[in-house]
Amino acid sequence: MAHLSLDPKKIETCRKLASSIARPIEGLIQAHTTIAIERATLRLLGVNGAVTRNGQYYPEVNAIIDTLHKAGVLGQGVLHWFANGMIQKKMSAAELGSAVARGKVDLLKLPRAPEATVRAKARELCEQARDLLVERREQRDGIRRETRDTFDPEGKNGPLLYVIVATGNIFDDVIQARAAAQAGADAIAVIRSTAQSLLDFVPHGATTEGFGGTYATQENFRIMREALDEESRKLGRYIRLTNYCSGLCMPEIAALGALERLDFLLNDAMYGILFRDINMKRTLIDQHFSRLIIALSRIVIHTGEDNYLTTADAVENGHQVLASQFINERFASHAHMTENLMGLGHAQEMNPEHPNVFLLEIARAQMTRDIFPKAPIKFMPPTRHKCGDIFYSHLMDAMFNFVGVLTGQTIQLLGMATEAMHTPLLQDRWMSIKNAKYIFGGAKDLGADISFRPNGIIEKWAEKVLDETVAHLEMIHGKGLMKAIEERAFAEVSRTETGGKGHDGVIVRAQGYLNPFFELL
Amino acid sequence: MSGETGPRKVNLKKLRPYGDIMDDGTVQLCFTLPVEPSPEAREAAVQFCQKMGFDPVKVATMEKAAEGFSTFVIYGNTKFSVDFTAIKVLKVDAQKRAREEIDEIIRTRIGRKLVVLGACTGFDAHTVGIDAIMNMKGFAGDYGLERYQWLDARNLGAQVLNEDLLKRAVEAKADAILVSKVVTQHNIHQRDLKDLMARAKKQGLLEKMIFVAGGPRVTHPLALECGFDAGFGVGTKPSDVASYIVEEFLRRQGVSLDEAKPKAPARKKGKKS
Ligand code: B12
Repeated sequence: MAHLSLDPKKIETCRKLASSIARPIEGLIQAHTTIAIERATLRLLGVNGAVTRNGQYYPEVNAIIDTLHKAGVLGQGVLHWFANGMIQKKMSAAELGSAVARGKVDLLKLPRAPEATVRAKARELCEQARDLLVERREQRDGIRRETRDTFDPEGKNGPLLYVIVATGNIFDDVIQARAAAQAGADAIAVIRSTAQSLLDFVPHGATTEGFGGTYATQENFRIMREALDEESRKLGRYIRLTNYCSGLCMPEIAALGALERLDFLLNDAMYGILFRDINMKRTLIDQHFSRLIIALSRIVIHTGEDNYLTTADAVENGHQVLASQFINERFASHAHMTENLMGLGHAQEMNPEHPNVFLLEIARAQMTRDIFPKAPIKFMPPTRHKCGDIFYSHLMDAMFNFVGVLTGQTIQLLGMATEAMHTPLLQDRWMSIKNAKYIFGGAKDLGADISFRPNGIIEKWAEKVLDETVAHLEMIHGKGLMKAIEERAFAEVSRTETGGKGHDGVIVRAQGYLNPFFELL
Repeated sequence: MSGETGPRKVNLKKLRPYGDIMDDGTVQLCFTLPVEPSPEAREAAVQFCQKMGFDPVKVATMEKAAEGFSTFVIYGNTKFSVDFTAIKVLKVDAQKRAREEIDEIIRTRIGRKLVVLGACTGFDAHTVGIDAIMNMKGFAGDYGLERYQWLDARNLGAQVLNEDLLKRAVEAKADAILVSKVVTQHNIHQRDLKDLMARAKKQGLLEKMIFVAGGPRVTHPLALECGFDAGFGVGTKPSDVASYIVEEFLRRQGVSLDEAKPKAPARKKGKKS
């Protein structure tokens, strides 16, 4: 594989800056919990039912946490109340959860067992939950072995063919996903319905009506994973499943994704902050807990830096992407994630009419590969400059595939000729997979057979972006991450520390906050 | 020998698609049938095209897109034609003007800044379109409404709920409201647009404000159908919108800009469909 000669000292500087940028946030994470973390905690213990409210499902965990939050007692952690409840009522977590959610038991009115007993009970519950997560992980790894799994995080086996389904109806999604797998896709993402990230609860059950995507629910995860297991066995090739773990329910989606054996999760607080206007404190704190679950379950995350290039010009703002990747890398390792789980995201989004655009795109893709050699880099296709001319659009995807295979990207989200029109039809996906197979096969070893001319256009561009990244990280370091976001450090979007959705779900941890998951995961 | 003396001319009364011979009616199609590829599947595709009026029908390819699905690429020649001379399209009624000219009209004829509120509504989080119209920087070399001296343009961003948008518009005494809708699955855009107009009607705002919709799948007729005053689609430039707003504002005051046209040379009518 050809490499760029980037200055390792500059890369080292970036990593150092990123870790000092992340440090104050890590302090913030340590000092707070959120309603979503507490809900996820209960979900991990097995409280996954729902009550009916106004004719709709409302999760039990929401009913329970709403009450405790209103009473202002969540600073001690839900387990402080819930583990005591289980002792007093001699009920399982699921039984107690159901009873509390239906107003049959009031956790705050129960007698209290001795503190040490409650703590021991909480620890025992969390250990069992952790064991279950490990069991689910091993089950998943078993199916990977049983079928055939060629995934290599470093991209040595060529880019993984990754496509999305987004019909809005989980049963139609299954048809589309199976078809994609048969056509050659290795990974399927079920796109979430518009604005699910703004819901402060996870919808319940199988769903058939979504906009621009399908609701992420535990049951939908299960239905799709079951179909893909079957398809993997039939094809003798393991098919991965992806969903979206961002927004107000980040930790819960991580919990449900882990329980339902998902392989990939899009997981990035920055995406929620910039593109969904989710409060930054809330989502950064949530992200940490979600990543603890993800690390244990060895799910590969995808970060969302690629999106920056839809609102900020891609030729000029490569440094924003790279700077954010360094910060994301730091947050991930703070949550015990190893590099092989960090699917850092970037995209081929430059204006196709820019002179020498492919040289610049190759520079960006290659430097991403070289700077994060062990990470399963996620490479996103052109979208912003896609237009109704589907033939031109198909060509743009072909060049994107060429850059991907040349530079050894790990996870290649295939572009769709109809990107500017609609979420993909069966034939759009089929055509796009055919495109990718042709190019990935035909240029398989090209990267290993060439080298980059020292001081050539590609090398120079990479160096320029790296220099700009150092400067950008220095600026962010000077201001602090939150202030920098306010001043449009990323994606030309401004957000404030207390603005956005979900801020009222952030809770200061009280002395003795009880949540053994923070030690066990 | 056909006795032709030059290229055949288009017959606008009977307009047909063109491949390489005038009036050949050539159409390229691509679709999927939910059946396995087979001679019967191919025949089904042919019959399907015949029913749509194509003859002859040439199946370029029948591909197995997945188990139980065949995707076809087909060329057919249609016998249908349309009378181009009889076509009428509803267009936004405004003369296209330059920013300086629009500012000048507002300054001299209205004498105060027009307040314009823009938002991408509902759960739609796409800001790039409304930003292209509102923000300083503008779109395709055409400055955005914020750049106009005589417009007080305020971009509320995305995910703005209809009721909040109207509340803000009333507070700001807005003269025009610009709504962007990008996500269209299950016609969510139309639902949201109609909902906004129903609320505006209830609050008696229809006469007080100019309602403009926009987005890649929005057309002027669609916007009218949803109760808006105008609609703008792909490739809209900020000055297209500003031209319309100022003209419509004056029209409502009973003033037509045509009479008192400033020195600028007469230009083609704005053509947005
Ligand atoms: C960028 C982008 C995003 C970015 C948005 C970033 C941002 N802050 O805006 C991100 C990554 C966040 C995103 C998210 C999603 N997206 Co998106 N996105 C796009 C993309 C690639 C480009 C859109 C764009 O910026 N175009 C450039 C602008 C300048 O063009 P424009 O919007 O058409 O605007 C012009 C005109 O229409 C007009 N105009 C627009 N608004 C207005 C308003 C007025 C008043 C006027 C006068 C004119 C006007 O003027 C503008 C300038 O000419 C399109 C695909 C494509 N290439 O079109 C998909 C696309 C729009 N997205 C799509 C979807 C489904 C989504 C998601 C729902 C996916 C999901 N399930 O998560 C989410 C949305 C979540 C939500 N809550 O809305 C679909 C919509 C499908 C459909 N028809 O329903 C598309 C078509 C992609 C696809 N094929 O699936 N997306």
